Formats: sequence, C-alpha cells, structure tokens
Amino acid sequence: MHVVLDNLPAFLRATRVTAQLTVISFLLAMLIGTLVAGFRVSPVLPLRWLGTVYVELVRNTPLLVLISLFVFGFTKIGIRYSYYASAIIVLSTYTGTFVAETVRAGINTVAPGQAEAARSLGLTFSQLLFAVVLPQAFRSVVAPLGSVFIALIKNSALASTIAVMDLSFLGTQLTNSTGRPVAVFMGSAFFYLLLALPSGWAIGWFERRVAVKR
Amino acid sequence: MTPAPLVVVEKVNKHFGDLHVLRDIDLTVDRGEVVVVIGPSGSGKSTLCRCINRLERVTSGRITIDGVALPEEGKALARLRADVGMVFQSFNLFAHKTILQNVTLGPIKVRKLAKDEARERGLKLLERVGIADKADRYPAELSGGQQQRAAIARALAMGPKLMLFDEPTSALDPEMIKEVLDVMVELAAEGTTMVVVTHEMGFARSAARRVAFMDGGRIVEMASPEQFFDQPQTDRAKDFLSKILAH
Ligand SMILES: Nc1ncnc2c1ncn2[C@@H]1O[C@H](COP(=O)(O)OP(=O)(O)OP(=O)(O)O)[C@@H](O)[C@H]1O
Ligand SMILES: [Mg+2]
Repeated sequence: MHVVLDNLPAFLRATRVTAQLTVISFLLAMLIGTLVAGFRVSPVLPLRWLGTVYVELVRNTPLLVLISLFVFGFTKIGIRYSYYASAIIVLSTYTGTFVAETVRAGINTVAPGQAEAARSLGLTFSQLLFAVVLPQAFRSVVAPLGSVFIALIKNSALASTIAVMDLSFLGTQLTNSTGRPVAVFMGSAFFYLLLALPSGWAIGWFERRVAVKR
Repeated sequence: MTPAPLVVVEKVNKHFGDLHVLRDIDLTVDRGEVVVVIGPSGSGKSTLCRCINRLERVTSGRITIDGVALPEEGKALARLRADVGMVFQSFNLFAHKTILQNVTLGPIKVRKLAKDEARERGLKLLERVGIADKADRYPAELSGGQQQRAAIARALAMGPKLMLFDEPTSALDPEMIKEVLDVMVELAAEGTTMVVVTHEMGFARSAARRVAFMDGGRIVEMASPEQFFDQPQTDRAKDFLSKILAH
C-alpha cells in the first residue's frame, strides 16, 4: 500500500484527469446523443439515415480502434489535436451513440398521444420534441443513462493509450518505475471506485426525484 | 350571399395499406355549426377527425378550412393545426406539465404570446371550465372529468376556428360525463364551430344542428338530430340505434 500512499498526490491528480475526461465527454455525448436521437425519430428521411449510419458505424467499432484511427488517421491528413482533446472527442463521439440509443428508447416510452396533442396545438417537430417528448423521455431513462455514464468512467481508461495522464496511465507509469503492479493497480481501482460508486448513488437519487407521476 | 362554410371535405378517401377506411366522404361544416358524428366502431369516425386537422394524410380528395386547402407538411401545416383544436378520448394532457402549463404551452410556443398574458388567459379559461383551483396540479392528480375539461381549455387557448372532439366522454365514469358535456353545450351555445364524435344522444339533441351517421367508411345518413334519432332512414342506422339504446 505504501506505493499508493507515497504517490498520493499523483493519484489525486490522475483521478481529477479521469473525472474531467468523463464529465466533459459525457456532457458532449449527451448533446450529440440527444440530437441524434431526435434525428432518428424525425420526419425527415435523410436525417433519420444520418442518425442510423452514425450510430451503427461508431457503436460497432471498438473504442481502442476508434482512438487509434482518430489520432493516427487525422495526423496523417495533417489535422492534430492534443491527446487530451482527441480523447474527449473520441470518447464523446463513441458514448454519444449509446446516449442516442438510450434516449431513443426513452422517446418510445412516451405515449404517442403526447406528441399528437402537441402536433394538434400547432407545435413544430422540434418544438414538440424539446418541449413535450424529450423531457418525459429523459425522466424514464435516468438509470440507463447513469449506466452509460459509469461505463464512460471506465472506458476513459483507454485514453491512457494515447498518453493522457489519467488513473490508468499512472498505473502503467508507476508499475514501470516501482515494479509493483498489483499494489499500483489496486490503487487505480480504488480511485475508479471512488468516482463510480457515488455516481451510482447520485443517479438513483436523481431518478427518484424526477420520476413522472402518471 | 351566405358566408362560405368553414370546413369543406370533398371526395375524401383514406387507405391504411389495403384497408379502405374513408370512402368518398363529402361534408361541409358552417361557421357556428355543431355536427355530431356517430357510428359503429371502426366506421372511420376518428380517422375523419384526424384527417380534418391533418394528423393523418388523406389518400385522395380535398379538405379546406376557412377556404385554405390543407398544406402538405412543415410550418404551414403546423400553423393550420393551431387553428383547429382537438380533444382526444384519452385527454393526452402533457404528463410532465401542470394544468396551467398545459394550457399556456401552445399560446407561448405557437402564438408567441408573452408568458404573463398566456398565464392570465389560461387562468380565465380554466375558470371557465371550472378547474381554476387545479392550475398548479399535474394531470395525474386530477379526475378524468377534470383532465378532459383541462384538455378542452388547452385547445380553446389557441383561439381555434374549429373544435374537433373525438369521443371526449367515452373514457369517463358516468358521473363525470355530465361535467364535460356541460362545458361542450356551453361552447356550442356561444357559437363555437364543432365536430363532435360522440354517442351521447342527449348532447346531440341539445347542441347539434346535424348528425352524420357513418358506417363502413361512408357517411350513410345526414340529418337533424330529431329526424335521425326519431326516424332513421337506413336499416344500418336503425340497427345501430337499437344497439346503443339497448345499453
Ligand atoms: N394508423 C392506423 N393504421 C392502420 N389502420 C388503422 C389506423 N387507424 C385506424 N385504422 C383502422 O381504420 C378503421 C377505422 O378506424 P377509426 O379509428 O377511424 O374508427 P372509429 O369509427 O373511430 O372507431 P371507434 O368507435 O372504435 O373509435 C379501423 O378498422 C381501424 O382499425
Ligand atoms: Mg374512434
């Protein structure tokens, strides 16, 4: 355990990096995912197509492959982002597909009569989506969105493969310098838990708070 | 010269795949008139209502409202729907909004009314339908009759030219039917143009000028309520009336 205690400041810094990576990517993924879910239920055929292609392509490609493709592929055509920015872009694009599918499932739980009533009032598609359908859809998928968030905390570890100094990167680094992989990665695991467990509790609390009365 | 009718339905046909649901429907509704649509289940009554405000697209034929043909899609259609209020059998109040928010959503988003003004008008409408005290409640906290009155207020808040009612009392317990019908009778008396799908004969007799009897996707009879209920012309209407009277 000494390895962890001796490197406590480094662990705390790395925990912050992982937390930031996760939160920023999640917020972006929520934006992307909500928009794409909207595309997928829109009356405009090309938008539905676009949404489907994005989700099916990105969701079915391993995250590690996406990261490598993004970093090396874009470098090749002369576009370079910092590793940190690259990690955020890839993580949010990838997580966006899961958010999109989750939100779409939420949209499907909203009674069709809700959208019909909104249409009969003269609301346009985007108005009824944002004012009537999405607020109810989100309430019914707080828990699954929470799972997406927790999966993202762990997926963010792959950012370490492109030298983002998160908890996993620190684990590898300390293993090399101390030769104590078990203790070091136990430390990493502990800090991942420290992020994930309270997130789970917060999600449960939030879910109860916003539940729709029917 | 008599003013042009508000709603003109001409030779309208509607197919759902192979199912021919509306067959050569012709119907005009004058300004201030109340038309009751009656008929057996599956005869196409709801579909007719939904075609009139274009929740469904007609397969052939033409529907005009206030002289304007129903546009295809998009903003123009949305604007037209705003002029046609619709009340559903299952209320369809927005579950995540309070009663007052339900009533003010359309005026704020579609009519671009200021929030305060929308609120003020909304409260007046809720008062008119007798549920001003429920303004800050959520739909699930109201009885069916109260929810349906809120839904009527929501539709009225748009200042529609026409109100469509699709079996507004069929989902209600008997003791709540009257409170909703009372509101509708009052609207009719004030000269609101209404198309009402209902089997409530009392309402038809007291408020409707004409009754349209539908069967198999056609309007089979069109008559005054007295004539229709007392001397139905077709066997199908006689048969149908004997069934609903037996209840
Ligand atoms: N969206 C749809 N897709 C396919 N068929 C439909 C659809 N909506 C209605 N139908 C069919 O069209 C026919 C007419 O339905 P409609 O709801 O207009 O009847 P109705 O007269 O309102 O009946 P009810 O008294 O039961 O409400 C029925 O056979 C119904 O199954
Ligand atoms: Mg019906």
